[in-house]
Amino acid sequence: MSGEPILKAENITRRFGGLVANSEINMVVHRGEMLGLIGPNGAGKSTLFNLIAGTYPPSEGRIIFEGQDIAALSAPKRCQLGIARTFQVPRSFDTMTVIENVIVGGFVRHASATAARRAALEVLDFVALTGRTNSPASELTPPEKRRLEVARALATQPKLLLLDEVLTGLTPSEARLGVEIVKRVRDKGVTVVMVEHVMEVVMPLVDRAVVLDLGRVLAEGTPAEVVRDPRVITAYLGERHRAA
Amino acid sequence: MTIAALPTSVLAGESAFVWKRRSQLVIGAAVFAAVAALPYVVTDIYLQNVLILTLMYAALSQSWNILGGYCGQISLGHALYFGVGAYATSVLFIKYGISPWLGMLVGGVIAAAVALALGYPCFRLKGHYYSIATIVIAEIGLLLAHNWDYVGGALGMQWPFGADSWATLQFARDKLPYFYFALGLFIVTWLVTYFIEESRWGYWWRAVKDNPEAAASLGVTVFESKMAAAAISAFFTAIGGAFYAAFVAYIDPESVMAFRFSLLFALPAVLGGIGTLWGPAVGAAILIPITEITRSYAGGSGSGLDLIIYGTLIMVVALMKPEGILSLFRRSAKREREA
Repeated sequence: MSGEPILKAENITRRFGGLVANSEINMVVHRGEMLGLIGPNGAGKSTLFNLIAGTYPPSEGRIIFEGQDIAALSAPKRCQLGIARTFQVPRSFDTMTVIENVIVGGFVRHASATAARRAALEVLDFVALTGRTNSPASELTPPEKRRLEVARALATQPKLLLLDEVLTGLTPSEARLGVEIVKRVRDKGVTVVMVEHVMEVVMPLVDRAVVLDLGRVLAEGTPAEVVRDPRVITAYLGERHRAA
Repeated sequence: MTIAALPTSVLAGESAFVWKRRSQLVIGAAVFAAVAALPYVVTDIYLQNVLILTLMYAALSQSWNILGGYCGQISLGHALYFGVGAYATSVLFIKYGISPWLGMLVGGVIAAAVALALGYPCFRLKGHYYSIATIVIAEIGLLLAHNWDYVGGALGMQWPFGADSWATLQFARDKLPYFYFALGLFIVTWLVTYFIEESRWGYWWRAVKDNPEAAASLGVTVFESKMAAAAISAFFTAIGGAFYAAFVAYIDPESVMAFRFSLLFALPAVLGGIGTLWGPAVGAAILIPITEITRSYAGGSGSGLDLIIYGTLIMVVALMKPEGILSLFRRSAKREREA
């Protein structure tokens, strides 16, 4: 599974006032892989995710994307370089239609609205939202909004896609559709980092997992390795898993 | 779900969209032609005056709508740009004999530059704080104009009387030239909006309005987007100010920079439908005649009743149809489709 590294986090620390949310994190994401970023609530997953996406800069450390330190770059700059993200709580543009939401992302790669619209129609087909093309985004169901998040991000033609709990809280059939979409994204050659805190969802899907706990990297490896790691079992899965 | 099959849905979606865009242009052409014929039906000078002001405010509200409606930055200080346009044109014409046509472009460019200079600090403010800042800055501009003797101070500036001419935009009795100028200005702002709607800026502005953080994650340069909207909006507002100065041929600070104007640019868009192509025109067509007619019939003792009436109108719209009057039609069209 190990291509060359597409993203490297080197000694990342992020403080919010006195709170250290991420502490000396080192992590590598290989090109073409699907990486799960997991950990219990409050482990620092979202902070690390936001640091990579460029919501805020790290207090210390470097973030290397394709050989370039991007730690000081703004979110739009990183998007241009090929990093896209979704939001855990969908942030659709609610006064716009579904396709208009997707077109916004397309303008990073396309100069004309016609080209952006054509690309958006293809992306909507890809995430099975064609039937909702002209619906106001505000009228989508929650699972549809998740897919819209993914569609918008894909419209920016990312090399690295960061998915923030896109599979959490879905019914089994919605989750199956979600899993299929994520797999097809990876099959297109996009590197995927998924944040999930429900292990059952991510483990069958990802090539590798990084486990965070209390702002530090606790363990990393293949899903099978990680699940067997006693530190992970104690910190994350707890007594329930041990009993099973 | 198949991976490869996209052409039918893509092509159907594209052609439906192209048709929808073209139909807007056809509707626009029909409306503009009908409005252009109005003076032949409405021959009363007073009513022609009302028509001119309605078109002017439609154009100004359309300009305001670019920043306030599409980009979501609610400016309540656009009187500043209106004043800049009016004063720049008047100063250049009265003191230097420079054509108002050139003067209005100069005014537009100055206003755009002012908007950029003010946007630099102000666009770091969010929501209401931005709106409050725009009010305060416009008031400062009003005070400056009051105390700047070079532009006539509180006394203002009188345009010299001359022969009727398109070159100087002076027509002593004839209202028609002003009517067609105002209509032309509205058509220009409408077309600018029409084309920007389907451009990168158009999409990015609406994304910035709805959710700046999500927009940034999709590559939208939020700050630059706001700056672009402010500059374009201020430019056309100043052109409107230049027209107004030529139309009334006398300006003083209160008659072009009062807070009242800022409201009159924002309200038609809010009433008709904020961030929509036709909202400002619909709003102006309702609001401005009411304003003008109540002002002339309910006593000339300054602004009073008209403000009460459109204050009430806005409250009714805000409570019952926050998306403006146009949303009524959209709802009913949707119901028809579903039926």
